[in-house]
Amino acid sequence: MGESFHAAAGPALLAVWPISEPVSVAHYMAVGAVMFVAGVVCMAVKRNALGVLMGIELVLNGANINFVALSSPYLRGLGDPGGGLGLDGQVTALFVILLAAAEAAVALAITLNFYNNHATVDVDRGEDLKG
Amino acid sequence: MAAFLLNLGLPGWLAWSITALVSAVLILNIIAGGALVFIWAERKIAARIQDRLGPTRTGGRFGWLQSLADGIKLLAKEDLMPEGADGVLFRIAPYVSFCASFCAFLALPFAFDVVAQRLNVGVFFVIAVLGLEVFGVILAGYASASKWSLFGAMREAAQVVSYEVPLGMCVVVPVMLAGSMDLVTIGEKQAGWFTNWYLFHDPFTFVVFWVYFTCAVASVNRAPFDLAEAESELVAGFHTEYSGLRWSFFFMAEYGSMFLVSALAAILFLGGWNGPVPVATLVGLSDGSGETAHYLARLIGIANLLGKATLGVLVMMWVRWTLPRLRIDQVMTTCLKYCTPIAAAMFAGAMLWTLAFPGGIGAVRSAAVGRRPSGEVREGWLGDTGIGGPAAGRVSASATVPAGESIAVGGTR
Amino acid sequence: MSLLPLGALVPLAAINWHTLFFLLFALLACGFAVAVVASTNVVRMALHLVFSLAATAGLFFLAGAEFVGAMQLMIYVGGTLVLLVFGVMLTARAPFVSLATPARDRLLGGVAGLGLLALLVWAVVGVEAWSLPAMGTVAEPSATPLGMALLGVRVDGGPGHGRAGYLLPFEIVSVHLLVVLVGAAYLARAKRRRTPRSLDAVASADPVESVAVTPPGAAVARPAPGGSRSALVASTVNDGGGR
Repeated sequence: MGESFHAAAGPALLAVWPISEPVSVAHYMAVGAVMFVAGVVCMAVKRNALGVLMGIELVLNGANINFVALSSPYLRGLGDPGGGLGLDGQVTALFVILLAAAEAAVALAITLNFYNNHATVDVDRGEDLKG
Repeated sequence: MAAFLLNLGLPGWLAWSITALVSAVLILNIIAGGALVFIWAERKIAARIQDRLGPTRTGGRFGWLQSLADGIKLLAKEDLMPEGADGVLFRIAPYVSFCASFCAFLALPFAFDVVAQRLNVGVFFVIAVLGLEVFGVILAGYASASKWSLFGAMREAAQVVSYEVPLGMCVVVPVMLAGSMDLVTIGEKQAGWFTNWYLFHDPFTFVVFWVYFTCAVASVNRAPFDLAEAESELVAGFHTEYSGLRWSFFFMAEYGSMFLVSALAAILFLGGWNGPVPVATLVGLSDGSGETAHYLARLIGIANLLGKATLGVLVMMWVRWTLPRLRIDQVMTTCLKYCTPIAAAMFAGAMLWTLAFPGGIGAVRSAAVGRRPSGEVREGWLGDTGIGGPAAGRVSASATVPAGESIAVGGTR
Repeated sequence: MSLLPLGALVPLAAINWHTLFFLLFALLACGFAVAVVASTNVVRMALHLVFSLAATAGLFFLAGAEFVGAMQLMIYVGGTLVLLVFGVMLTARAPFVSLATPARDRLLGGVAGLGLLALLVWAVVGVEAWSLPAMGTVAEPSATPLGMALLGVRVDGGPGHGRAGYLLPFEIVSVHLLVVLVGAAYLARAKRRRTPRSLDAVASADPVESVAVTPPGAAVARPAPGGSRSALVASTVNDGGGR
């Protein structure tokens, strides 16, 4: 089981592998990485201010998956019960969720203000302060 | 049930799949069958309140086949889509709504341990998933390309998000009293006579129940809070453009949610599957006295819960046909200026009450509470860590209600 | 022992349910996350984000963090995203529903993203301890210890016994949320407009003011182009706040 698992956990991490194999922290973190990268690209590429905001949410969620995976009692990396982050990871994930809610509220208010002043949500048009 | 199938010699994956399938089908039946019955009941109740007769012909004297006939009519109707609509969103919106309603049922116990998936955070899960129903409405409103739909959806979004605040605060009170978010545990803590119900626990919980019910009516979008489909202003609100099967999915979701919040009210405040009089215990139907007694007790529990939830739904119908609809600003005022402060004050009050009377006022809550060890709160944490004295006292006081009691139970485990 | 030879016929007997559901949720989460990036329609993006984050909540449940999963569903999906969708609907006038990104930027973003992804996955796979298979032990419910940690008392076992509680961060976050509430309400309030919008003519061919003063009956009688319904909402919201 062990060697086939390590073979699968290589580059083809998210590709098909025998579904009788258990997952590991690395699998969760790979999902987190995909979401993180999707969020970063979203933030960089989108012109709609709300699209940028969605990118931020994706980035925060990608990070959250890592926290939860490292704190999971199923998946503790080192094998001993105290390994991984323990409860701290879950608490951090909670704080991230709460702060994301706060961040979304403020960012949305700013976006709506921007929309009121410029009649657009295109972030490329927000260039009033350009020298 | 999975154990039963495993005993038959089925392989594990098949046994679990069959068990899951049976649970899912049962829940689907409850939603669909419940919708049929409730629509018929709503028509009869509305008719009686308005001094009419309601359906009388279809299926005998009381017209009880009326909703079945309606269902067949809806199936046969043409499935229309407006020209400017966003096709994909328009199509999936009813299913999003229905799925949210359905998923919330997964964690709802119908009797002790008669639950599709017992969750440690059951009550939280139900409230959270129920809140997702709003996405179906928003999508429907947006995708319909109709002003009326969009207005309805905007109202619904604002309303549901606002009402989740007082709703959550009301739900916290029974959670605090039971010391657990597990719905099975909360229900089991109220076993015994009806004086053990959290409704009668103290004056604050009595008030909280009514606040909860108000917020629940608002959060499932029923009159007098049905601004999203206010037919006097918005034609039919978010489902203006829907017809046929998709429309009926919206309706099944609505009736499913009504039943769900009523059942939740029953579990949180009205003793859940424990009747006002502990009939099953009195006649000696306990788990110890054999298989038949076990299942009979469960059946009585299911009947109790279904009865209480149905009663809640009927009250919602009564309210709907009695009270005039609120304006949107009045809806928001009710939520933010009345429900939220009242719920917060009652939460603080209930907390102080349990500090003042740690054992509860009803001395009756005795044997029933410690009856089933499996339903106990996991307060063993405190015993394990060896945190003594002041810390343990502080935590138990703020986190659980029958404080001394649950700590003692935890210590013995 | 087995009455039915199904176990022999179907190779699913050795199935690992955790893995199966992990695959399901992971594919959903990643697929919809990529769809958020790929789609240009902002309403679709919001919808994909909802599904992606809901699938993430499923992953949290799977990893044994039930409370965090429920919190994710309630606050993130049920609160934050509804807010976001609300914002999308307020600003979704026809010109902005699909703001196309220049192909050059998209290409650049895609290449940089793939590079970053490769780097991250390489780092993740590189840590030996993270690739150890799951132990498959039944998790203790984490809601109670979590609540106690937030109150400043750590009751979870293991060598983290002496770890600090989270009472102070908890209080800070609650005050922070209050401040944010006030600040967002202050920022988002509709101000009285003195000068007409300079960009109105550019942004929309549909005169907002005429929709706002038209009675509803007349408004429905007009042929409604795609942009006018959101313009109606936007102007109504502005009027409502300025009252």
